[in-house]
Amino acid sequence: MATVLHPAPKISSNEGVREALVKSLGKLVLASKEEHGEIVIGVEREGIEDALRKLRDEHGYQQLMEMAGVDYPEREERFEVVYMLLSLTKNHRIMVKVRAAEDTPVPTVTTLWPNAGWLEREVFDMYGVLFDGNTDLRRILTDYGFEGHPQRKDFPLTGYQELRYSEEEKRVVYEPVELAQDFRSFDFMSPWEGADYVLPGDEKAEGDKK
Amino acid sequence: MIDQAPTTGDEVITNYTINFGPQHPAAHGVLRMVMELDGEIIERIDPHVGLLHRGTEKLIEYKTYLQALPYFDRLDYCSPLGMEYSYVLAIEKLLNLEVPERAQYLRVLFAELTRICNHMLNLGSHVMDVGAMTPNLWMFEIREDCLNFFERAAGARMHMAWYRPGGVHQDVPLKLLADIADWLDNRLFQLFDDAISLVADNRIFKQRNVDIAQVSRDDAVRWGFSGPMIRAAGLPWDLRKSQPYDVYDRMEFDVPVGTNSDCYDRFMVRVEEVKQSARIMKQCLAEMPDGPIASDDRKVVPPKRGEMKQSMEALIHHFKLYTEGFHVPAGEVYVATESPKGEFGVYLVSDGSNKPYRCKIRPTAFSHLQAMDFMSRGHMLPDATAILGAIDVVFGECDR
Repeated sequence: MATVLHPAPKISSNEGVREALVKSLGKLVLASKEEHGEIVIGVEREGIEDALRKLRDEHGYQQLMEMAGVDYPEREERFEVVYMLLSLTKNHRIMVKVRAAEDTPVPTVTTLWPNAGWLEREVFDMYGVLFDGNTDLRRILTDYGFEGHPQRKDFPLTGYQELRYSEEEKRVVYEPVELAQDFRSFDFMSPWEGADYVLPGDEKAEGDKK
Repeated sequence: MIDQAPTTGDEVITNYTINFGPQHPAAHGVLRMVMELDGEIIERIDPHVGLLHRGTEKLIEYKTYLQALPYFDRLDYCSPLGMEYSYVLAIEKLLNLEVPERAQYLRVLFAELTRICNHMLNLGSHVMDVGAMTPNLWMFEIREDCLNFFERAAGARMHMAWYRPGGVHQDVPLKLLADIADWLDNRLFQLFDDAISLVADNRIFKQRNVDIAQVSRDDAVRWGFSGPMIRAAGLPWDLRKSQPYDVYDRMEFDVPVGTNSDCYDRFMVRVEEVKQSARIMKQCLAEMPDGPIASDDRKVVPPKRGEMKQSMEALIHHFKLYTEGFHVPAGEVYVATESPKGEFGVYLVSDGSNKPYRCKIRPTAFSHLQAMDFMSRGHMLPDATAILGAIDVVFGECDR
């Protein structure tokens, strides 16, 4: 890896850690990489509980600090669930990943860490990933009676429902979102030429030729 | 069940359920807890969070890296710079960006000032939750001083947006550093020691806090505790010490730990942390070098206004950075810093564009609040406020 210039937190050396963990987890590992100083291990979905148990009991990653969902709509199994593990004794962090689709539940890890309960609830709430064995898989952050999974990439930023206090009805009413102005998103990625879609304005140039 | 329940004459008393919050002054914001009580004994707590959910993570995905920064101030609005810290470090890690020394010192200095500011609010509201009024008012005076310092450094009292990828937004005036040094020497502890002397050995305060919500070391680790909560359980775990960022590795400070792992220990750990923070700040002030306060990488950090009047290139860079923003190499990092409340982490996924693909925020309160149920079980209803006060929750951060 290139020289470390940034002042981000320094953990124990990654030297040889990835190889050792991959070897120890054996067949459960699907992929592994080390980039930007982070060790990421992709494991098989069904084996996540075994893998994490092994990491906790044999490799000293005692704490589950965080679970994050990520949505990649173009993939066949579109969701990724990332587990951030921390070792207090080795002063080291790793990430473990599984992939999931909307209808393929991920085994729960509440059996290993009690705090996984809310973390799994959040991933379920935001992405709709199901956790097999989590006995309390309710929504957590969104409103009571909310529909949909807001962090999915195909969920609009503005949402579908808005609410206000109605003076006539003396209660809070829910209504479909109405925007005075369309949501504006600027495309900074378009190159000067060679874009794989028609750049705004280009259609006029086509018209001139005729 | 009803057959075994105690009776008073013809009345049969059974367990009953009450709502604690969301509009309760001791709920520290908008926490709703559904409590099942047996008389005054708590049998079960189901905390309902999310009443302050604003979709920060979703909003960040639609903003450039720089535009997303001010959202972090609004997470834990009691320690805004502590929130920005993880985010700028995450970006710097992805960019592998060097940060000049003076900027690192300034960030550490103000992160510790934020810690003092945050603990003033927490310690004050904790003693207020268990019935003492005066210390809170005195500690708010310190908090006011802190906010004034923030205003003089960044122009805003609370939502500073002062830490930037590559350094800080602008340099501080020399007089401000002199005033902070003077304040540390002559004012902070005059007020703070007075306020703490009213409660630290107070019989009523101890009755309300000692032996309340004891958590064993194993439980603290299993529940993902961090910050003062894990230190009160006797584990000397401090990210500033074990995983130093910026110039924390040059600082000399002690990590206070508790022995009894109860609410009183959590309180006293924070009291000691204030003293250690003041120690770090003094070292920062003594050692801070002169020099630039932000990286000179013009592809990330915008040029100074004066330069823009002279140089065409600086003007172009300024325009590009404030419209398109900078692009961050593809990859993913999880960066956690020791915020005043515990481990505050940012999981940043970049796809190489000018906007984060995913920015997952790890709030400190999530694992602590989740443990509320097992910590409170068997305690009295009024203890719930003490436990909550000792956890130090802020819902801007918990609900995001």
